[in-house]
Amino acid sequence: MTNALVLPVLIPLLTAIVLTFFRNSFILQRTLSFLATASSAGIGVYLLLRIQSEGILRLDFGGWEPPYGILFVGDSFALLLVTAAATVTSIILLYAFSTIGEAFEKMYVYPFMLFLLAGVNGSFLTGDVFNLFVCFEVMLLASYALLILGGRKVQLVEAFTYITINVLASWFFLLAIAYLYGATGTLNMAQLAERVAENGQGPVLTVISLIFLLVFSLKAGLLLYFWLPGSYSAPPAAIAALFGALLTKVGIYALIRMFTLVFHHSPEITQSIIGIMAALTLIGGSIGALSSSNIQQIIAYNVVIAVGFILVGLAAGNEVALQGSIYYVLHDMVAKAMLFLAGGLMISLTGKAKIGELSGLIRNYPTLGWLFFIVMLSLTGIPPFSGFIGKVLLGEGLIEAETYVLLTLAFLSSLFVLYSLLRIFLNCFMGEAIIGSEEQVVLKKRTLLPIVMLGVLTLAIGIGADAIAPFVNDAASTLVNPQTYIEAVLDKEALLKK
Amino acid sequence: MKINDVILRTVTKIVVFIILTFGVELFISGHNDPGGGFSGGLVLASALLLLYMTYDIETVHKGIPFDFKKIAGLGVFLAVASSAVPMLFSNQFLNQAKGEFALPVFGATELSMVLLFEAGVALTVVGVVVTILLTISEDVS
Repeated sequence: MTNALVLPVLIPLLTAIVLTFFRNSFILQRTLSFLATASSAGIGVYLLLRIQSEGILRLDFGGWEPPYGILFVGDSFALLLVTAAATVTSIILLYAFSTIGEAFEKMYVYPFMLFLLAGVNGSFLTGDVFNLFVCFEVMLLASYALLILGGRKVQLVEAFTYITINVLASWFFLLAIAYLYGATGTLNMAQLAERVAENGQGPVLTVISLIFLLVFSLKAGLLLYFWLPGSYSAPPAAIAALFGALLTKVGIYALIRMFTLVFHHSPEITQSIIGIMAALTLIGGSIGALSSSNIQQIIAYNVVIAVGFILVGLAAGNEVALQGSIYYVLHDMVAKAMLFLAGGLMISLTGKAKIGELSGLIRNYPTLGWLFFIVMLSLTGIPPFSGFIGKVLLGEGLIEAETYVLLTLAFLSSLFVLYSLLRIFLNCFMGEAIIGSEEQVVLKKRTLLPIVMLGVLTLAIGIGADAIAPFVNDAASTLVNPQTYIEAVLDKEALLKK
Repeated sequence: MKINDVILRTVTKIVVFIILTFGVELFISGHNDPGGGFSGGLVLASALLLLYMTYDIETVHKGIPFDFKKIAGLGVFLAVASSAVPMLFSNQFLNQAKGEFALPVFGATELSMVLLFEAGVALTVVGVVVTILLTISEDVS
């Protein structure tokens, strides 16, 4: 029993609820929401350290033991993501404080961001498929509200697509859960894994697993990403950064969790379909990123490429590749948030979003320019930044799995990432300055600070890769040995009682 | 032409109390029998809906001067906070305590912490349903 396991969900949730009563006290809203996210991150680190000494933690809600009750399970993978999500959210909040504006603050933007974080953390921590659905919904409802906040026409148009797609996906999710319950008689992830392993993953279960694949692909933007570039470029930078950093990662997490824990018995079907989808995602994302001349669109397509890249590791399925994927997810949360904030800042400073309309910004805003350069290097995978170690490990894993097509595509996509961002950098930051030093909008230090913090973080993950290596290795070894997870949740005493 | 709604108004005055009583009954029986905060809350909200339909919004607001958004917020807070209370007594999150109490009128009554949680759910449902209905009705004019 570890009540601390529920805190990364409970703290943001409770804070958000309390803040709805203090609609007009902005100072209180800002302070409490930042404290809530920062303390969630702190608890994430604390739990991560405890897992290394005590093994996988679990919390049975209300004392109902698994498989009867609903529970939270904390393994290294989940807690790494919780920590990263909470850290990135608190930095994005700092950016929102100085840019989002009073109209948004009045319309509960901080409570919504906290609800989103609560849903995201809940999805990472839960050990029950239905609870996963519920946490997904908490996250999605908050994201619907955040997407339309502000009510500009483009937001409403994109929100319509986004909500329709997600409601449909949620319906499929429910359907898949019902099928799964009908086929196995349980929704506890550990017991599911055990039963599927005992009875074999027959055709019925494989079909069910493919419905899950469909659902999570829609949420993660794996191949079914057609809704993503539009809806991620509609809201203000702070909210777009939150979406880009967190939302797709939850889908990715669910995919990795389900297909390493429960449905890993017919890799020739599921794993190869995931591989094909990841390959197509890489190709489609690259084409999108190159073909657009809108900065926000290019950035959004970069999210798509990253999704494909991470899930290539799941398709390979060996321990090294999964280590690479985990490193890359962590890196991508930080780097994508940074990219969205830097891109959003360019647009809000100049009022222009097309590549051709901007030039020579580095003379006006040198720090922002070099920060953009850093995030570009980081996303491409240049050492010493955080993208490097993930890419190297993923490459090793793919070679080990002898999937050379995926290997080629994955690393070609890095070149396309570089090219698409270099295009922004060369066109917008280099060249002749078109904004005079008198007429340029003043860039406040506190607006720039969050981006600097993210830059430091990506450098720190890159240089300190050794320090987080034990956690990542533990996470990946739990993923490839599902038995560890199952035994931690269903201990022998509970099984005997059954 | 003004619609003659004497019958509706007269019936409503009585029926609202029946609905409210039934809502409370559903709510209280919740944790042992069918019912609970969600269904109880829906029934309570339907009584309010009947009032809104029979009389106009202003009249009802004079009688029930609450901001229903706040009520929904209070409900969620009650539900989440009451789930978190057991953690202070080093029990699991969502753990429920109960006990027998000798109350003056009801005699020996079993009271359970679930009631607080369910009360939160009921308040949330009432608050959200009424807010949704009022928002929709505002749009027409």
